[in-house]
Amino acid sequence: MPHTPSVIGATIEVSGLSKRYGEVLAVDDISFRVNKGELFGFLGPNGAGKTTTINMLTGLARLDTGTIRIGGIECTQNPKAAQHLIGVVPDESNLYPELTGFENLCFCAALYGMRKNERQTRARELLDTFGLTNAANRKFAGYSKGMKRKLTFAAGIIHQPPILFLDEPTTGIDVSSARQVRQIIAGLHRKGTTIFLTTHYIEEAERLCERIAFIVNGKIVRSDRTAELLQSVQGKNVLLLSISNSGANLTEEMNASFPQYQFQSTSSGQIQVESPEPVTVGPLTRFLEEREIQVIEARRYLPSLEDVFVQVTGIEAELMRKEKEKAGGEGNQ
Amino acid sequence: MKSWIAFWNILAKDMRAYYLKPPNISWGIIFPLAWTGMFFIRSGGGLETVLALLPGVMTISILFGTTSMLAVTITFEKRSRSFERLLLAPISLELLMLAKTSGAILFGVVNAFVPVVIAAFLADLSGITWPLVVPAIILIGIVSTFLGLFIAVSVSEIFEAQTFSNFFRFPMIFLCGLFFPIMSLPVFIRPLSYILPITYGVDILHGAVNGEHIMSFALNFIILGAFCIVLFALSLRNIKRRWIV
Repeated sequence: MPHTPSVIGATIEVSGLSKRYGEVLAVDDISFRVNKGELFGFLGPNGAGKTTTINMLTGLARLDTGTIRIGGIECTQNPKAAQHLIGVVPDESNLYPELTGFENLCFCAALYGMRKNERQTRARELLDTFGLTNAANRKFAGYSKGMKRKLTFAAGIIHQPPILFLDEPTTGIDVSSARQVRQIIAGLHRKGTTIFLTTHYIEEAERLCERIAFIVNGKIVRSDRTAELLQSVQGKNVLLLSISNSGANLTEEMNASFPQYQFQSTSSGQIQVESPEPVTVGPLTRFLEEREIQVIEARRYLPSLEDVFVQVTGIEAELMRKEKEKAGGEGNQ
Repeated sequence: MKSWIAFWNILAKDMRAYYLKPPNISWGIIFPLAWTGMFFIRSGGGLETVLALLPGVMTISILFGTTSMLAVTITFEKRSRSFERLLLAPISLELLMLAKTSGAILFGVVNAFVPVVIAAFLADLSGITWPLVVPAIILIGIVSTFLGLFIAVSVSEIFEAQTFSNFFRFPMIFLCGLFFPIMSLPVFIRPLSYILPITYGVDILHGAVNGEHIMSFALNFIILGAFCIVLFALSLRNIKRRWIV
């Protein structure tokens, strides 16, 4: 029988976890804990160590040092010990191309010892949930990328695991599929499933996760509740000025002329103004116009988790997203 | 019980997805037929040579049937990452690999009986000691499958598995006494015959079909059994070391 999420003490406890591949230290002495029923986000750029961490937690990779407890079970030496408690949605679809959608789900259910009637009922239920009922009898090989992703997600939760590992679940799928997947994640979370989510979509993490850890070069650089991470940037007033020329060489002069504000030029040529007090646009516009620069738009900007990410990691979130999208297909935000 | 549900479904999925496909079924029939015909014509003898050829043809049918498919069922699934699904399932690696190899063993055993059925129309099989033939075929099926498994988990690409398999399979045709007695091989080559597991299975079959065998049946069975255990253990070790890195 599948486990009911609410009855299991589902937590993930990791201490001093490290993993080296030859010269590369993929994961460097990380420790964290995911509480029962929590949706925990693991954010980082390509190659930060997110997938390696998931692989170690799920038994697909050996750890060099550290300890892992899943659902209260010590599984450092024996990763198989807790595999009945976990579901995994990998970063790539890995179902059987020669089987139909329905057969794939039934097969995955059988791997968890579910009986025939039970697995067929559950497979039909999930096909319906993911809007794949009409494609149930089509071979997986003929599915579109979005459909493959959704069926892979369904396969990961077929046995109703109390702990779920999601590795980039919305990467490379269309907007509506990504939205549907996020709704399903939120639904699972509401039902009490403990979720460990890796993503490079910062907005997705901000919308879904209760707690977030930022991982860069194998190290956790910051971990906190999402609300607290946001608090650190939301006290600021930020104004974005779109101007007719690049603002790159103006910021120094503006910082000197308006010491109450902090000026920065962005990668897209805008000027970002930050201040603990509300920013007055008039003097700034005049200052620029005197230098024959026109202000095209002045927009108030509400700082988000992306700003926390940039602040903590020093990595431009936009660059990270583009890099990922190049590797993993189209975006979906 | 849950583990056995998983075991049975892995086996059933592999049978349906790989082994019961028309190309494989025809491979199981055409290949033994071609080899039987080739050696029959080469021998220049009449139908009395059928029984002499039967052990070799049965063995070759098992060997090629089992080792060819494992490159697909294991190496291909590893490449496409669907094997990860199996590694994530809450069943032991031992049971998982037994499930993955059972299809090949069954396929090999069924293949072995194709030449037997053909031979039944051409020769008198009443003198064959079936209580020896059946376990020998099963053990040859297991040892060939585990040899294929060992090869499949020692490489990364399907073409490597196929090439590596041929490196073992073709010399075995000539070294293991399938069609030429080991005693007719040059003395310096004979030790090679005895490090190959098929030699012991073929010896049992020659004894059971034609009454001629080099070693005792018991010793042959023990050595074959030992090869099965060692090859399976080495394959598991390779999976743990190379695939769960």
